[in-house]
Amino acid sequence: MSRAVAVAGTGKAARRRLGATELVWLALAGVLVIGAILVALDDQNLFSIANTRDILSRSSLLGFVAIGQTLVILCRSLDLSVGYVMALSSLIAATTMNGDPARVPLAIVAVLLVAGGIGLCNGLIVSVLKVNPFIATLGVGLIIKGYLDTEYQGPAGAVPSSFQQFGFSRIGPVPLSTLVMLAVAVAGILFLRKTRTGYHMFAVGGSADVARLSGIRTGRVLVTAHVLCSIAAGIAGLLIAARFGTGSALVYNSGYDLESIAAVVLGGTLLLGGRGGIAGTIAGVLILAVLDTVFNILAVDPFFKDVLRGTIIVAAVAIYARRQIDRKASRVRFGGDGGSGGTAPPEPRPDQPTPELAGGSR
Amino acid sequence: MRTTRALLAAAAAAALMLAACTTDEPSDTAAPDETAAASEDPGAGGEDEETTDGEFFVRADYDRQLAQRDIAPEGDPATPWLQAIEPEYVDTAQYAQDGNTLCFSNASVSNPWRVTGWITMQQQVEVLQQQGLIGEFRVSDAADDDNKQISDIQAFIDAGDCNAIIISPSTTATLTPAVEAACASGVPVIVFDRGVNSDCMVTFIHPIGGYAYGADGAEFLVENLEPGSTVLPLRILPGVDVLENRWAAAQEIFADSELEILGDEFTGGDGAEIKNLVTQALQRGEVDGIWMDAGDGAVAAVEAFEDTGNDYPVMVGEDELSFLRKWQETGMTAVAPVYSNFQWRTPILAATMIWAGEQVPVEWVLPQDEITEDDRDEFLDRNADMPSLHYAKFGGEDLPGFPAAWQDR
Amino acid sequence: MTVTTRQPAQGPAPQRSAGSRAGELLARVFGGGSGTVFALLIVVFAAIFIVNPGFAEPPSLMAFLKQAAPLMILAIGQYFVIVSGEFDLSVGSLVGAQVVIAAALIDGEEGRTVPVILLMLGFGILVGLVNGLITTLLKVQSFITTLGMMLVLYGAIRLWTGGAPTGALSEAFRQPGRGGIDMSVVRQLPWALMILIGIVIIAVAVMRSSYGRTLIATGDNDRAAGFSGVRVWRVRTLAFVMSSVAATVAAILIGGYAGVTAQVGQGLEFTAITAVVLGGAALGGGRGWVVAAMAGALTLEALFVLFNQLSMPSTIRPAVQGVIIIAAVAYAARERARPRHHQEVPSQQQSNEA
Repeated sequence: MSRAVAVAGTGKAARRRLGATELVWLALAGVLVIGAILVALDDQNLFSIANTRDILSRSSLLGFVAIGQTLVILCRSLDLSVGYVMALSSLIAATTMNGDPARVPLAIVAVLLVAGGIGLCNGLIVSVLKVNPFIATLGVGLIIKGYLDTEYQGPAGAVPSSFQQFGFSRIGPVPLSTLVMLAVAVAGILFLRKTRTGYHMFAVGGSADVARLSGIRTGRVLVTAHVLCSIAAGIAGLLIAARFGTGSALVYNSGYDLESIAAVVLGGTLLLGGRGGIAGTIAGVLILAVLDTVFNILAVDPFFKDVLRGTIIVAAVAIYARRQIDRKASRVRFGGDGGSGGTAPPEPRPDQPTPELAGGSR
Repeated sequence: MRTTRALLAAAAAAALMLAACTTDEPSDTAAPDETAAASEDPGAGGEDEETTDGEFFVRADYDRQLAQRDIAPEGDPATPWLQAIEPEYVDTAQYAQDGNTLCFSNASVSNPWRVTGWITMQQQVEVLQQQGLIGEFRVSDAADDDNKQISDIQAFIDAGDCNAIIISPSTTATLTPAVEAACASGVPVIVFDRGVNSDCMVTFIHPIGGYAYGADGAEFLVENLEPGSTVLPLRILPGVDVLENRWAAAQEIFADSELEILGDEFTGGDGAEIKNLVTQALQRGEVDGIWMDAGDGAVAAVEAFEDTGNDYPVMVGEDELSFLRKWQETGMTAVAPVYSNFQWRTPILAATMIWAGEQVPVEWVLPQDEITEDDRDEFLDRNADMPSLHYAKFGGEDLPGFPAAWQDR
Repeated sequence: MTVTTRQPAQGPAPQRSAGSRAGELLARVFGGGSGTVFALLIVVFAAIFIVNPGFAEPPSLMAFLKQAAPLMILAIGQYFVIVSGEFDLSVGSLVGAQVVIAAALIDGEEGRTVPVILLMLGFGILVGLVNGLITTLLKVQSFITTLGMMLVLYGAIRLWTGGAPTGALSEAFRQPGRGGIDMSVVRQLPWALMILIGIVIIAVAVMRSSYGRTLIATGDNDRAAGFSGVRVWRVRTLAFVMSSVAATVAAILIGGYAGVTAQVGQGLEFTAITAVVLGGAALGGGRGWVVAAMAGALTLEALFVLFNQLSMPSTIRPAVQGVIIIAAVAYAARERARPRHHQEVPSQQQSNEA
């Protein structure tokens, strides 16, 4: 990850971000150690095969969504429609398969196409219509919700047992779905590092204006990020279908939209865009999964879980921020404004759409 | 071309996933059985999506549930949570054991009905723990997330030291593979409240069901309203199968009546939303009756009539105390269908019976009788000290924690 | 401060003649960012009146305003935070928490009404302070701060009450949201409407004060504001406090209107943010008009009424709502992108927009 970072930013930024990703993995280690101690006090072992499996299998679903979310957040956008895309994808997968193993490839293609199409809509609404991503993706989510509520009165379709293996089989202690998720993560990291579109994402998130001036087609980069994000959510929908054995519309109530954003930020990616990466996101997802497992082993009251989760997310992000302030205090708050904020005089921009595009996630 | 490359990357990931899925042999997990067959089971969603009373209406189930309301349950009426309607017993000798670690995968405690039941369950466990019949009681709560609940159940299987697993599924159908995996692990599995599309569990405990619940209210409206009267149905959420069953039954009964049904509205169970919707319906025209698929916020619906200066409607609520109190106070014409909350005791007792090798009903259908004007006051007296979002038929009056446990929750 | 004077659409410029002020008001209502929302509001209301002429009668309108008041107040609170460049996702949870707190502490005793309301206001201020200070001093992005606050409030309040609300509200507590002054023409002049008017007056006064201009300048460019001597952390924290206090007032009205249910407040944060954006405010700060934000909330509520009056199938409503919101915001963005003030927009950037 640190290298991807170095490609994208200035040397100064790279040093800082290298620290950020490390810090996230350090935080994961810390959470593991504290969790292990607490679990040991309860006479159990957090690193037993059963518990390791549990942590890993809890991480896979959120992992897919968060990988996609990382890409859009890097571009200074965000996607609140992922939960609806997941629900729709699970239903498309299950109803297309309809219990027939031969139709599995068709279903996968259908899901990826539909999800990609939704991502295309999101991206175009944000980049061409200049609608703030918060509203654009919330609106697209509502549209999908309307479709789901009208078309499906409950779980529908059937997934053949061969495809259910995606959700249930394991290789040693590692669930297959986690392996696939990690493979997608590696693909994502390579994408950010090795492709031009990939590292243009950092530039677009850093400052759309500067990116544009340096000849990057910002709209195209943004649309690509949204397409990939929705496809990742589509894969998460496939996993849901595999685990449920059917498709379910109610997935959209499970809060994966906000949870994936929390995981991305917990992973050290800046909500203002331009900095961060998928490696950190995976650590963020694992932190949440470890918390889940530890809370379960210790039988923490479900409501107290929410309190702890909320506190830990804020505390972690505060620690990252604190570290960045130590490096160079003034850059943090305005870092997201990138070049324009740093060099140009403050620019009133009432009649341009840019601030809406750019300021989305402040 | 950059986009192409991006798409290539995605395609590669997808291909990788495909390959991984088809080449891998199922390893140590209990592979879920052919669930394709499950779609023929009643309740499973068909793939043809008819929007009106299509997939969630199964006539055979509807007829059976309506008939079950008139069958006298076996067992002592003083302990309705141990009664059963037309039970077929199954031998559990194979599960008889000394181990007494009980594991419970709960869908959530996200609404007052579940909170009330959950307290009752804990109180029941406490009694049996003191008697030495239950040792550790291990619980995980999935906060209404089906995927979390699947992981929770897997964690119980992997831990390997549960002597019985109780599951309250968050959604019918979606938890079928996980429940089947639990069954395959050899541990006795008890499912209650909502079901799954499988019969692998030792016993499935539930009140008569959603069709009967929906029909109780709808029939009351048909009996108590003049032909041509208007009824406003209020529903909580779309897509929740158990609630869809209630609504399907009501639609079935309304269709044969001469009542006029004013669309149907989703409220999210939020009082403010309910009051808004009822107020708006009253601005459009008269509303003579209200049907609800769950009683949460029924009082807000009644208040909308008060605030707009309209006469009270014929009301279908639930055995929730705030509604029963409002009903008593106003003297309106109403009925309170009941989705027997006392069912939360039964799975705990069933687990101890199974460990003792006693027979249990394969499908344990608990009685489900609505509260009418005749027995309303009796239930209000019995629950006089209970908070307003408590359910009258919680069935915990004989437990030692009563009443404090339900009051200071 | 030069920032604001250069943008008539942003902050009220002080000391103008009455005529130019009226002109400014007109330009504001129908120009640029907020024009869309007022046009949409008129269209939606016209549609409602056509579908159901009875809705135009004063009692119906009063009932509508009574139910719309809480969301409008929430939108005003959210406006302060958004225009300062931040987000407040915790308001829905806070509304729920406050109603539950009220029920649990009042427990049906009339005498406790006023002390509990004061306590709720205190709690609201505390939540706003925590949100604001974590965001400004600990430099946690407000999206995350308030998301965390949302989880904490949701969990803590249920932890406290054992998962479902306990206790009961007093009659006096229910008055502001439910009651009003009985009158002949309108049937009832709701207290909620009067509280709303009071809050609107305060909000407009705040935005006309030097604090209001500072707030917009901070949202537009906090760095520049900081250079010109604004204590950014104080300005923003105060915005969070105002948002939480507005949520508390909304909670008093919602609790009064409909009593206690377990689901109260859920999802209100998204509706409130949508309302503010619909009203032409820019997420990211620096642009927006508080009256337009309120109109955004009124438009959303009117839209729900229209769906209802049209007897539109309830499952399709979210989709229609989504389309309308996207279309309205996209249209407003187009309007703004039109080069009205040529001299202010560097030509090079113009060509880049295209």
